[in-house]
Amino acid sequence: MKSIKVLAVVLLVGVMSAFTVKDSGGYKLGDAVEDFSLKNVNGKKVSMKDYKEAKGFIVIFTCNHCPYAVAYEDRIIALDKKYSKLGYPVIAINPNNPEKQKEDSYDLMKVRAKEKGFTFPYLFDEGQKIYPKFGATKTPHVYVIQKTGKSNVIQYIGAIDDNYEDEKAVKQTYVQDAVDALLKGSDVPIRQTKAIGCSIKA
Amino acid sequence: MILMKKILMLSGLLSIFLLITGASIYTDSEPKPLKIYQKDGVVVNSYDYNSLEYFLKKDNDTTYVVNFWATWCVPCVEELPSFEKLNKEYKDKKVKVILVSLDMSKQIESRLIPFIQKKKLRSKVVLLNDPDANAWIEKVDKSWSGAIPATIIYKKQNRKFYERSFTYEELEKEVNQLIK
Repeated sequence: MKSIKVLAVVLLVGVMSAFTVKDSGGYKLGDAVEDFSLKNVNGKKVSMKDYKEAKGFIVIFTCNHCPYAVAYEDRIIALDKKYSKLGYPVIAINPNNPEKQKEDSYDLMKVRAKEKGFTFPYLFDEGQKIYPKFGATKTPHVYVIQKTGKSNVIQYIGAIDDNYEDEKAVKQTYVQDAVDALLKGSDVPIRQTKAIGCSIKA
Repeated sequence: MILMKKILMLSGLLSIFLLITGASIYTDSEPKPLKIYQKDGVVVNSYDYNSLEYFLKKDNDTTYVVNFWATWCVPCVEELPSFEKLNKEYKDKKVKVILVSLDMSKQIESRLIPFIQKKKLRSKVVLLNDPDANAWIEKVDKSWSGAIPATIIYKKQNRKFYERSFTYEELEKEVNQLIK
């Protein structure tokens, strides 16, 4: 009888591992996020815990060089303008190693932030240590995070919307829909999407 | 008895219908492009994902190497010479390279076509112009995160997907497993 139980457990574990989807690791929906402390373009370190009043965050891995990231810059600024006052500020993080992609150096980040008038912190993932924790694979790659008591929980992973090329042709505003739902206290309608992007260069 | 006849007739009609539609599925003609870009003798057809799928599911004895890339993607551009070399060296071994560009549709004449000319690309280049990427990324492969470069190598039903860069030797190794 005991051996049957053992066999059943072994089978169950086997079946479960067979169906586990292969992925790049990192946080999944519902996971609590570890805080980070990264250098902003103004030289100061930024952490999530600095935002005492925030209800959550829109963390966006983005960079200077990627055309998809550039295509979304104005939409990222608009997101911050709309949602930071509602409690969901944007925190942008450049995950690329400037030795591999020279346009993404800390100095050029400062230049880009000034040119575009970024209203949000643009942080440098020095040593490329934070993006693997998130499992970000490309830019732009968005994580909507909700503060729940003491932890920060991932509620959405993916694209900003469904049309990188033409903002006017957008039909689904994934990030806005996610944050709107969280602000209303309802479930996020679409919790995960995929988008084309520039692979992160570590 | 009458019922029996009816069933027979229906199944007959059904098989004729299947033959006709089946036949049309297997005719090997390229799908109609969304747009044909033409400049300085270079022609690039653009497709939405549904039409592009034709190039990802060909059913013949050729091995297809389909690479997703863009002119602005540094690792993609770095590995292009390997794909070009493969297309040339393996021509007689029924291997065909298809380069699926994800360049922005506004930059085809100004960027993609000049690039094809400058690098003298010989492999077939098509443009995938379908900005709702969330709708098709997983149709290419469930495991794809959406980062490029990405490559599919397939022959008939035998296919492999790679979200990574390749050297020529690495490409050769993967292709040699399929062409036998």
